[in-house]
Parts: sequence; structure tokens; C-alpha cells
Amino acid sequence: MSTVATTARPAGSPSRRRRATWPGRGGHLFVAAYVVLLIAFGVVPTVYAVYFAFTDAGDNFAGLANFVAAAGDFRYLSAIGHVALYLVCWLVSLVVLVVGLALVLHRVRSAGVSRVLRFLYYIPGALAGAASVMVWLFVLDPTVSPVSFLLRALGFSTFGEVVAPGHLPVLFTLIAFWTGAGGWIVVMYGALNNISPDLLEAARIDGAGAWRTAWHIQIPLLRKWIVYMAILAFAGGTQLFVEPQLLSQASVGVAGRDYSLNQLSYDFAFQNNNVNTAAAISVELLVIGLVVAGVFVARSGFFDAD
Amino acid sequence: MTAKADAAGARRATHRRARFAGLALGVAAVLAAVAACGNGGTGSGAQNGFQPVQQTGGKLTVWVDSTRLPAAQLYQKAHPAVKMDIVTYDGDANGSNYLQTKVSLFNRTRSGWPDVVFSSQNNEASWAVQAGFTAPLNKGLIPDATLRGWAPGANDPCLVDGTLYCLRNDLAQTVLWYNAPLMKQWGYQVPKTWEEYQALGKRLATEHPGYLVGTAGDNFTPEIYLWASKCGANRITGPEAVKVDTTSAECTRMAALLDSLVQNHTMATSSVFSSDFDKNSADKVLMMPGPSWFGGSIFNEAFKTPAGQIAAAPLPQWAGDNAPSVGNVGGGTWLLSAHSANLKDAADFLTWVSTSDEYQGKVSPGYPAYAPAAKTWLAKQTSSGYYSGDITGPLQTAAAQVWPGWGYGQFSQEAIWAATVTPGLTAGKTIVSMLPDWQKAVTDYARSDGYEVSQ
Repeated sequence: MSTVATTARPAGSPSRRRRATWPGRGGHLFVAAYVVLLIAFGVVPTVYAVYFAFTDAGDNFAGLANFVAAAGDFRYLSAIGHVALYLVCWLVSLVVLVVGLALVLHRVRSAGVSRVLRFLYYIPGALAGAASVMVWLFVLDPTVSPVSFLLRALGFSTFGEVVAPGHLPVLFTLIAFWTGAGGWIVVMYGALNNISPDLLEAARIDGAGAWRTAWHIQIPLLRKWIVYMAILAFAGGTQLFVEPQLLSQASVGVAGRDYSLNQLSYDFAFQNNNVNTAAAISVELLVIGLVVAGVFVARSGFFDAD
Repeated sequence: MTAKADAAGARRATHRRARFAGLALGVAAVLAAVAACGNGGTGSGAQNGFQPVQQTGGKLTVWVDSTRLPAAQLYQKAHPAVKMDIVTYDGDANGSNYLQTKVSLFNRTRSGWPDVVFSSQNNEASWAVQAGFTAPLNKGLIPDATLRGWAPGANDPCLVDGTLYCLRNDLAQTVLWYNAPLMKQWGYQVPKTWEEYQALGKRLATEHPGYLVGTAGDNFTPEIYLWASKCGANRITGPEAVKVDTTSAECTRMAALLDSLVQNHTMATSSVFSSDFDKNSADKVLMMPGPSWFGGSIFNEAFKTPAGQIAAAPLPQWAGDNAPSVGNVGGGTWLLSAHSANLKDAADFLTWVSTSDEYQGKVSPGYPAYAPAAKTWLAKQTSSGYYSGDITGPLQTAAAQVWPGWGYGQFSQEAIWAATVTPGLTAGKTIVSMLPDWQKAVTDYARSDGYEVSQ
């Protein structure tokens, strides 16, 4: 039967039929490896955490008891305050500086200079997370810092003075920007290159200068990229951990202990042997991340076709 | 046409079934993983009746900090037949909780525990017994005759309900370290009371500014000064009970003394381990109250103070106080894993590193907790020629004077002090003004560890 059917059809149809039964087979193959990793290191741990968050140490359903226990802890509110303050510093500086630097980079006429700058921006991002924080532990210690003259000019003569509690949001923002922003500058630069030269040309002919072109043409066209960056940076920022944790060890516990929600979760799991409350905090972070991402996506028309 | 439609339908159905099977498989995998992990969740072992695991021998895994690394290496050299895996870690210094974190993970995965661990903290038994990690030592593993050799009270931090769960490495009784030639040159007398100590600090500030009588910037500042002053900030009254009173006269008198010396800059506010102190203050120490291990670890090794300068005197006492008291900074403990499949070698190693003259008497930087080794150690210190005069007397006297009112809870007093008081001190606040904050912090952390807190 099928042979008859095939012969009755015009040439070229078999391949079309195969595509119809399993569209994008190649795509599935490409995604498969990612899906395996996503399940192993994303989905399973998430389900595991949700399971823990709603059970007690004896594996019985605990309702919201773990969430109540977390909220009642003396470190909880201060950790939320710390993370919120850090997020404000981090997101504002990230969006303003990354977009600004990408626009400047896009204006650089010399291809050589532009290449060198892109490379320089990207270098810190090439260091693994913890290693790049370690660099800062040296930079911030006036005794060993290569920029100790700067620290001394600002009035700091000991590491203890530099890492005073009030300075932490700014310090963590500096570290996070240094380690994470370079990659985003390169991404934004790529997005800027995607804007049609005709559009910019038209703006120029209409008398728009660099400032007006940036404000009225380039930034609106970058909107989706900025939203994308903000979503990821927000999720990463709420999970602040490596920076305060390493700083806490470097300063022998003087600064950064119990600073962020993730550290509190870590303390619950490993110091108080209470994995369930620790899981409750991580589920809260997940929900916050999802809700904020949802709001951003809905408000910005992130998935609208152009 | 019908047949064709059927064939297509069957294909679609097969495809749908395959997709469903894949989804079902994925869900099953997730559930299985969760179930497997869930089952491994309870990690507490037998606490009273100790049941050794099957003794299969094999490699002896020991964890030590960098200072205790020579102990493990010496043992390996002396016992080449024992297969050892020597791992260095931070020794839980400054309350880092590394060991507790790892043990809690090993309890989940049910494997990976080291056989013997050194910790620079004395409070490990407080959680390690609950976690089922430590083996009881005085129930047959270590002979009573050996255990009787420890200095009186030295193993108290290791006792839980009369069972011994760790062995003390060294005593860390505090004495007054001082630079003898400098004292003589400037015509100063070694202070016998805290009042004299404070007065000398005032004189030093005007006569030789820049020189120090101590530092208040370490995490163990409360253990050097406030413990010695009988400040009741850490009275452990039961397995889950602590009495905290940081604003008593005993606390405030010492805090006020520290404040006055910080103010005239004879008391530093950075840690003896900081790069800052090492660079700017290490050669400016006239006196420094500190534990027994300061002599070897700090003055000799870290500061590289030349031989013939450092001497030890008894820690000053408050005038009119008839019961002399000193503090204690760590001293460290050795723990033996209840999960060891090689208890014979593990116990042998544990006994050797904590009692042998080869290590404790001749190599250990700290004053050995095992009394016979302490004799060898003191003789070696005297004959080394590093110290100015004999340090035996002050150290031996102080060993029996550690104030017993300061206990070892699960929460780290060092970490609490570091996060609560040190930043304020750096910012110019007085310690007296921060005593209530300290009280609150100790109370909060103790409660979060399940302690009943009273004042």
C-alpha cells in the first residue's frame, strides 16, 4: 500500500513526510545532552529541595513548618535586607554600566582598539567564580594590594577597615561586576551590531546625535537583551553566596558571615543539621526568581515576535 | 487510503507512546533519586552501645591541619607498613565548621568519613556525638592506664555523660609573653596584676609610642582576656543549656581595661595572624598575653622574633583576687571515627600522635596535654635556647589555673566575637559599649543550636 501511495505522490514528498512525523530531529539531538544535564543537576535537585521543604527530619509531611522556622530565625530578616540592598546596587550598576560601555564600545571606530577592549572586558569572566573572588581578597587588603595607594587614599590602612559591614554591598557589587559584567558587555555589543545600519543612518540624516540615537533607537531595540540580563542577574544576585562566604573565611569571620539567604540556608543544613529548613529557604529563592522573571517577561513582551 | 490512514495513525500512536514512556521514565528516575536520597537522610548512628563496623582494614585516612601534618608524617615514617592517606584541611580554625559540614554530608552518603581527625577546636564532641561520628574511647579502644596520663581536666571538653569521645592534643593555657631584653633596657617590671599591666601600658604609650602590650583583634580575644577575668559569657550548664552573662563586673572590668589600652594605642586591634600585624607590629611587641602555643607558633615561626628575647611570666591577676585564673585558647582535639573499618590502626595512630615523645614531646608547637610528653616538651623548650629564661614554671602553673567556668558549646564563641565585636572595635567603638550586643549574639546563636539560654 505504502509503495503505491508513494508512487502516486510527486517527487520529493518522502523527505517532507519524514519531517512531518518528527519535525526538527536534529534539534532534538542537540538539546538532548542539555536535557540530561538539566534533569540531573536542575530538575532533580529542585524536586528534592521541594520535597525536603515540606517534610520534617522523619520524612513526614510538615506543611509550612520549615518556612515558619526559617522566617523566625534571628538572621533571616537581616539576610533579606542585605540581599535586597546588594541587588539594588548590583542591578542598577550592571544595567547602566553594561549598556553604557557597550554603546561606547560600539562607537569606537578603530577595529583594533575595539577588539582589545572587548578582550579586556571579557578576561575577568574567564576566571572561574571562586578564583576571581580570591583575587579581590588580595586587592582589598592594603598590606598586600597592588592598589594599596588607592585604599590608603580612601583612608583604609587595614583589611578590617576595608571590609567594615557598611562597605559590603558596594564591595560585593564591585566583585560581581568585575567577574560578571564583561560577558554581558560583549553580548550587548553583539546585539548592537544587529541593529540595521539603515536605521542608524536614517537617524543620523534626521539630525540625531550619538546621545539621541542611543536613547531613542539603540536602547529601545536592546530592551529584550536588557530584560534578559536583568532576569539572570536578579536570579544570580538573590543567590549571593561565594563572595560573602569567601570573604568571611578570609577575614576569619569578621565580615560576611550569615550575610545572605543562601549562607543562612547553608548554615541551617550544615551547622544546625536542619536540611529541611535549608531547603525551605532555597525554595523561597526559587519562587522569588520565577515570579520576578515572570513579571519581567510579561511586562517587556519578551516573547513577542518582532 | 484507509490503510494508509491507519498506518499513519499507528505511527503517531507509537510515537506518542514512546514520548509518554520517555516522560514516565524521567519522572520515575526523579522519584527514584528522591527516594534514594530521602532514605539516606537520617545520619545518626548508635550513641550508647558502640557497634564497630566490619573491620576490613585497608587505608587509614587521617585529617590534620597544616600544623599537625608533621605528626601524621612522622607516624607514617615510623610505621611504613600502615597504608595511610593524609589529608590536610583548615582544622576547623576560627569555627569554620568544615569538619561538621563534611561529616553531615558523609552521613547522608554513608561513606567517606576519615578514620582519625585533628581539630583545632575543643567543642567538636558537642555535635560529633549527636552525629554519631565519634567512637567512645574509654570503653576499650584506649587503655585506662594510658588515659590516666592526661593532665587533670585536660580531656573534660571530650566528656559526654562520662564517656570520652576525643583526646586533647595540647593545653592552651594563657601566660604573659614578653620581650625580656626590652623590659630590662627600659627599666620596666613584669606586671603581676592587671592593674600593674594597665599602668605599664599607660607608661609605654607616652615613653615608647608604637610598642604594644597585646592585641584585642583576634577571634580568641575573649578567651585570652575575658575568660581569664572569670567573665561568665559561656557557662555550659548542661548538654543543651548555657548561662550567658556578659555584663557582670568580671566582664566589664576587663573590657574597660582593654578599651583604655586600645585608646592609647598600646593594644592593637588586628589579629596576630593578619598580614597587617605581621608587617607593622610584629617587632613592636613588648608584652602579649596569649596561650602556650604563642611562643612557638607566633613568636618563633610567624614573627621570626630572634632567640633570647621572648620570655614567659604568669598571667597577671586582679589585685585582691585570691583564686588565680587564666584563659585557654583552643588546644585541639583528636577524634576517632565510629565508622572506621580499621579501628586497630586508627587507635594506634591516635595514641601515638597524642602521647608519643617523638611527636608531642619533641615536635609539637603546643604544650602537650599528655603529662609525660609535657615533661619532655618543657625540657626541650628549655634546652632549645630560644627563650630568655625558663618558661617551665609559668606554663606548669598556668596549666592548673584554667578557669573552669568557660565551657565548650556547639556554637563557636570565636565566630560570634569575630562577627559581633571585632567590626565595632575596628570602627572605634568601645568593647564595654558592645558587651550587650555580644550577649544578644551569643544568646541568638546558642538558641539557634537548640540551647536553653539563661542569664
